[in-house]
Amino acid sequence: MKKKITATVLSQKEIAPRIFDMWIATDLAEQAKAGQFIGVYPKDRSTLLPRPISICQVSDKKDALRIVYRIAGQGTAEFSSYTEGDSVEILGTLGNGFPTEAAEGKKVFLMGGGIGIPPMLELARELPASAEKQIIVGYRDNQLFLKEDLEENGTVYIATEDGSVGTKGNVMNAIEENALQADVIFACGPMPMLRAIKKYAEEKGIKAYISLEEHMACGVGACLGCVVKTKEVDHHSHVHNARICTDGPVFDAEEVEI
Amino acid sequence: MNTQTTIAGVTFKNPVMTASGTFGSGMEYEEFVDLNRLGAVVTKGVANVPWPGNPTPRVAEVYGGMLNAIGLQNPGIDVFMERDIPFLKKYDTKIIVNVCGKTVEDYVDVVERLGDEPAVSMLEINVSCPNVKEGAIAFGQKADALYNITSELKNHAKQPIIMKLSPNVTDITEMAKAAEAAGADALSLINTITGMKIDIHRRKFAIANKTGGMSGPAIKPIAVRMVYQVAQAVQIPIIGMGGIATAEDAIEFILAGASAVSVGAMNFVDPYTTVKVVEGIEDYMRTYHVENLTDLIGAVQ
Repeated sequence: MKKKITATVLSQKEIAPRIFDMWIATDLAEQAKAGQFIGVYPKDRSTLLPRPISICQVSDKKDALRIVYRIAGQGTAEFSSYTEGDSVEILGTLGNGFPTEAAEGKKVFLMGGGIGIPPMLELARELPASAEKQIIVGYRDNQLFLKEDLEENGTVYIATEDGSVGTKGNVMNAIEENALQADVIFACGPMPMLRAIKKYAEEKGIKAYISLEEHMACGVGACLGCVVKTKEVDHHSHVHNARICTDGPVFDAEEVEI
Repeated sequence: MNTQTTIAGVTFKNPVMTASGTFGSGMEYEEFVDLNRLGAVVTKGVANVPWPGNPTPRVAEVYGGMLNAIGLQNPGIDVFMERDIPFLKKYDTKIIVNVCGKTVEDYVDVVERLGDEPAVSMLEINVSCPNVKEGAIAFGQKADALYNITSELKNHAKQPIIMKLSPNVTDITEMAKAAEAAGADALSLINTITGMKIDIHRRKFAIANKTGGMSGPAIKPIAVRMVYQVAQAVQIPIIGMGGIATAEDAIEFILAGASAVSVGAMNFVDPYTTVKVVEGIEDYMRTYHVENLTDLIGAVQ
């Protein structure tokens, strides 16, 4: 069940330039799934709307959530100033999450680009043991983050735009250079990356589940602000639009037009 | 203590409603709010056929509020009658359906379909959406056009009709008077104020539609002023809205002359806002020994 609560910050640190890693104590962790997100509210009342931030990790005791986010504006800049013991207002858990059962006994790509990397950690933790996890992540440069956490949960391949670590280029270049193969893909990252993955999956005839982003207001499916075009008429909207916050953010790549 | 309020013969248990487009048909807020606590649910605008709405980005945050240009995406009246109305009927709250269209015939079509549904207490006619190019706002920005569509809809409507007024006019009282003269049973105001935001880093409009309707606490003083002006100009009841975040805000609107109020953008900020406003109004009435909510309507001195 979704709810808005006041939670407590357990810890926060900057893990790469302008990338912050925050643990929040909250019972929302009990229902949290990989690929879901929470809305985080700034305290500054000139900025009213919740910021959608993906869940990076659920604590083993299911009593805390970890978010890893980039400072993108005023709201996230405020969040980055929070320290242990501060309160934080959150709405969650939101969205549908990744269909982890689709990885049962399969060779899997978990692909994250930039600030799309964090949800890949919880996904790697939740995928069934029978899945062969190949985690392919793309960074701008050698300012890596979450690398060690990811390495504990699968085989990690790195691409950097400047070639300072791993494959020079993006996650698609890393697949090619390492001659990797998969039966199913899970991905989160910038739109050009997701478009390339959708195309790749279609060519290979495999399933890809991609997590999308859009400007949101309510986060719960009421305002119709964050829609994506769909191939078929959507069951809820009855037009070719699905709500990213509620019907997504994870979609079967075949079903959306991006 | 009596929190009831009556508009065009329809009695509401309390004056707190939801502003159209911010609450769907209540399904998405059922998890947060006991819908039985609300005076009415005012639905998202519904047209005679499904509308796809505008391209994204459709929303942007601005200081103390937001812009939206959803473009009245809706599933059309057929789905609405089969899905949304039966859902709302489960609750002990009044149903007000917001009706949108591109031509007079579109509006008439929807109004006639809803006439067969006694569970719908009132119709709110959206002639003021700033984000739809054809129709809609064209009817809401010229007094003679507003008069014509209002009188035409009165010929077809079985339920009382509320004309929702745009603030994007030179003199909102002229529009209010035209709607009243044409037989409107009530008015609701204000719809959003047309605004614009530019992303200076990308040098692009923050919203694909370029302009969007501004809502949120930043517009409240404008809305209170317009409700007061309209209340001075017409005899028909007013549903006031625009940036209501708290019971104190709601009471301002009521004192300015509103018989009921709607919570809009603040549903996105705090999904429990509507019920907090209901409770806060009760607290205010207790504190000031107000026996009847209706004693507060237009009571500013």
